[in-house]
Amino acid sequence: MSSSAEQAITVLRHKDFKSDYKPVWCAGCGDFGVLNALTKAMAALELKPENVAMIAGIGCSSRIPAYTSVYGFHGVHGRALPLATGLAISRPDLTVIASGGDGDGFSIGGNHFLHACRRNVNMTYLVMDNSVYGMTKGQASPTTEFDWTGSRLSPQGTGQPPLQPLEIALAAGAPFIARAFSNSPNDLARVIAEAIGFEGFAFVQILSPCITFRPEQLGWKKRVHDGFEPADSRAAAYAALAADDGFTTGILYHAPRPAYRPPDAPRADLDRIERCFEVLS
Amino acid sequence: MNPSSSPQPHPSISLAVIGSGGAGVMTAGQTLLDAAAASGLFGLMTRATGPQIRGGEAAAILRLAPAPVECQDDRLDLVLAIDWNKAERFADELILDASSRLIVDPGQGDTPAWIQESGAELIEVPLGALTREHRGARANTIAVGLIGELIGLPAMIVERTVRRILDNKGAKLIDGALAGLALGRAAAGGMARAEHRISPVENPARRWLITGNEAVGLGAIRAGIRFCAAYPITPSTEIQEWLAAHLPEVGGSLVQAEDELASINMCLGASFGGVPALTATSGPGFSLMVEALGLATQAEIPVVVVDVMRGGPSTGIPTRSEQSDLNIAVVGAHGDAPRLVLAPNSIGDCLTTTQWAVQLAEALQSPAVVLSDQRLGQARATIAPPPSRDSQASRRLAETDGRHYARFADTADGISPMALPGQAGGEYTATGLSHMVSARPSASGRDHQHQLDKRQRKFERFDFGDDWADVDGEGDMVVLTWGSTTLPAREAVTRVRARGQAIRLVSVRLLSPLNGGALSALLQPASRVLIVEQSHGGQFYRHLRAHIDLPGHTRLFNRPGPLNITPGQIAQAIESAALEDAA
Repeated sequence: MSSSAEQAITVLRHKDFKSDYKPVWCAGCGDFGVLNALTKAMAALELKPENVAMIAGIGCSSRIPAYTSVYGFHGVHGRALPLATGLAISRPDLTVIASGGDGDGFSIGGNHFLHACRRNVNMTYLVMDNSVYGMTKGQASPTTEFDWTGSRLSPQGTGQPPLQPLEIALAAGAPFIARAFSNSPNDLARVIAEAIGFEGFAFVQILSPCITFRPEQLGWKKRVHDGFEPADSRAAAYAALAADDGFTTGILYHAPRPAYRPPDAPRADLDRIERCFEVLS
Repeated sequence: MNPSSSPQPHPSISLAVIGSGGAGVMTAGQTLLDAAAASGLFGLMTRATGPQIRGGEAAAILRLAPAPVECQDDRLDLVLAIDWNKAERFADELILDASSRLIVDPGQGDTPAWIQESGAELIEVPLGALTREHRGARANTIAVGLIGELIGLPAMIVERTVRRILDNKGAKLIDGALAGLALGRAAAGGMARAEHRISPVENPARRWLITGNEAVGLGAIRAGIRFCAAYPITPSTEIQEWLAAHLPEVGGSLVQAEDELASINMCLGASFGGVPALTATSGPGFSLMVEALGLATQAEIPVVVVDVMRGGPSTGIPTRSEQSDLNIAVVGAHGDAPRLVLAPNSIGDCLTTTQWAVQLAEALQSPAVVLSDQRLGQARATIAPPPSRDSQASRRLAETDGRHYARFADTADGISPMALPGQAGGEYTATGLSHMVSARPSASGRDHQHQLDKRQRKFERFDFGDDWADVDGEGDMVVLTWGSTTLPAREAVTRVRARGQAIRLVSVRLLSPLNGGALSALLQPASRVLIVEQSHGGQFYRHLRAHIDLPGHTRLFNRPGPLNITPGQIAQAIESAALEDAA
């Protein structure tokens, strides 16, 4: 056992959770705020960096694992949740955080999002939502407004209603659902810390502006407001969403249910398993 | 075509029970196989069904012998038709001739023309009427009693087998089944013929009854696989089902994933965490996994994919075998993405090759593909227990002191020690991006080439030993094959040797990286090489040509699925090649 003095030395500050890589993000990107809040949350929870794994797919925000000093996995487009699921199930001793953007999570990875919500493995999913594809220079994402004409790929607008991540998470069975804003660092850090501490699948939609391709998102600061109270019934959560303008922040839904656990079956040795193939006469 | 003139390696009986899906054909076949095994015999049962689960056609095709058999014969001695529903679909594979016997129920209507034309002896047994003699008797148990009596299986053993199979189904069902067996035995009175009888073996050696798919599962657990994520797909589902039952017993877990993309990525997540992982699929699912194979190569994360091949492309023929996924297994991915590709060449070898694949994947931090197929996976056979291969897979792990850990450090053998989450000082980010030795992403051409060279070196420097191929016999002529086509090829070679011709059989187990030097050394002195494979485009032949200079006298005997290539057809191809020599 280490002495209390030694323990005090090992307590890490949030900067200790950052790597020395310079993010590829544009100046003013909301994702800087997410990185700050995330590292603050990890420090506040006194996590050991070696026991945390950040998992991501592809996109600007999916680069975040490399900017932390924990274990990371930057995989292929849309598959962050399956990577995180396999790791969390086989290594329940770790803190597993999946992260990425709205394209990665709700478009190419949409199916995985649905099933991660209902499977309820113990992990946290942070989606940095800016309603645009930044890495490919400005196309509509699933959460883009139907009449946004800023993309050369959809010059008349998408004509489709934006996907509602919170409603979908609620319908798919996620037991912890929250929305936060990258420009409110303390609130964001608090929500992330609660999500990480939650036993089960915790989903946080983080409004994270892309002012390079959506400069009008600078105005989000004025539109964001708090308002969600942690509901423990689906009816109350649906009611809160019905009144939501897309900028309400806070924990929408907090209803613990048993998280997915690998079956805890009695152990058998290999010989016993092999004996089931023996021919009986 | 009548290839039955070839001498047989040992006496065997081939028989089939056919009927509609749901008529109990597979249960009847399995009962006969189990009872034969309990009598000391070896045997093989192949399932032949349409793609639909119920209502279509079904055939259980068996071959029984006093020594191991792993492929069907060219023809059948005995067929029992419970009904004629869609039986014409079997016209190509249930080969009957004048010395075959066919048991039919006259109440089922006219015997199909293709059966009448075969010249087989027709024996009428009123199966339907007999089922009404005893409440609870079913046509399939009557068939078991009848066939068991005809071929000489001891009635006691057949009854004991039925009791064991129906163990927890209730006394009423067991009574009905036993009554059915007795009715079947009585119906066989006076029909028995010496050449269709097979003698039980006294004090037989230890044997296993196992399917290729189950053997894959056991090989995976033996090697240390403790995580599986999979999406059901014919004909691989039994691997997942077997692992779902047995992985938890050894402390592992299985997830039914939402799709194949999730399956393999879940496996990569588990393996990144240090837990050896395997997924099983078939062609359409394998296509979806190719993207993640590239990631596994780039991020150097071990993972094993078992592809139980079926007819393709696209949805193809889900219930029948083909060897047409070789191309995608070897090169399917963008970029230069070398990987391990292995193929088992017998049902028992499904165990040992899967075990080896896990060991290689872990040792080389590489994806490994195991190419099984429907013929191996869904066939159930009595086999000698595969030798135990004690060594579990092991991965080279990093010892980190908290400073300067370089995940993709250059080493003489190209294998870089791996840090696992939970290990202080090893924190790094695995990535699908080209990267430096530190794992830091890099678009530099130098870094890119450096890592490509390092990864290639892993395969070049590794000592794969002698298991890359099974080489059998000596001879001027070489039959060269892989995977399940080895089964009929092995028997064809035995038949040809019995006629005095020296011939060598080479079955390649490690398809990628190909041991080109050793293979060339085997082939170059041969005066004739015959390549046998079950694909339309000659994928194996082209793969070999891409890596080695094949001798000028190389012939290709290939055909697509779903019809199995038989020993007689290969023996004939060998003869044709030999005749060319003489001419």
